[in-house]
Amino acid sequence: MSDAHHHPHHDAGTEQAISPYAHRIRAIEALLLEKGVLTEPEIQDRVSYMESRSPENGARLVARAWVNPEFKARLLSDTKTAALELGIDAAGPVEFVVVENTPEVHNLIVCTLCSCYPRAILGRPPDWYKSFEYRSRAVREPRAVMREFGFEPPDRVEVVIHDSTADVRYMVLPMRPPGTEGLDEENLAALVTRDALIGVNVPRYIGS
Amino acid sequence: MTFEPGNRIRVRASEKPGHVRTPGYLKGKTGRVESVLGEFPNPEDLAYGLSGRPKRPLYKVSFRQADVWSDYEGPADDRLSADVYEHWLEPDKGETA
Repeated sequence: MSDAHHHPHHDAGTEQAISPYAHRIRAIEALLLEKGVLTEPEIQDRVSYMESRSPENGARLVARAWVNPEFKARLLSDTKTAALELGIDAAGPVEFVVVENTPEVHNLIVCTLCSCYPRAILGRPPDWYKSFEYRSRAVREPRAVMREFGFEPPDRVEVVIHDSTADVRYMVLPMRPPGTEGLDEENLAALVTRDALIGVNVPRYIGS
Repeated sequence: MTFEPGNRIRVRASEKPGHVRTPGYLKGKTGRVESVLGEFPNPEDLAYGLSGRPKRPLYKVSFRQADVWSDYEGPADDRLSADVYEHWLEPDKGETA
């Protein structure tokens, strides 16, 4: 990072109207730097760390679990260790719990208090995940929310909401869609969307 | 560790001000301890620069949606779980379900 680039906003090209929140964050960032609480390299490391995480990590974990029952057992019992097997380092103070969808149970993740999300695996959450609307409606009328995402679990399927209120981050292990017996791990991973890892939708496969 | 899986609990209806990790919609609701998630520094103290010690047991607590929302739209079996620290829980003295 050059000294000239003193202000690490991350895509300064098109400087649109900056929200008051962005102004506030930048003011706090400048103060933290000025007072030596943080250094620019530390901030850049953190940005790079977050940008190196993505829903593809979750998709790889799910696809491996679909083809390898032993891996699936490890993913469900010790998520961090299982992730490390695929080169995904989710080390840190928070715990991870993967919840498995079955023909009887469909899981949905939310954080009503803020925006807790398995960032160390999936990176930043989508904006809608952080919205007041999702956070309030996902617990109160989850089936209506899923319907809006294009998914309608039958009434006989138990919908289970996981409100990540504390030190655990949740991710959904969706069911492998029918008709995918011939697909390899990479093609299976391509079916697993971020929405399916949160539980607002499920992976689908429309033959070839 | 006061509670174990299967125990019936009630979430305290406390008005503790400031940074709390128990959502308002669960206060006073009854549920069941599903699992023990471990012990963590108390985030309600960490938020104010305190040590968060001693660590607090954290439980995954499961509720029937119909017990949380009187007008819940879905089937009676739908559930909701949240992670709740021990100091927010008390034994449910009501009849066991």
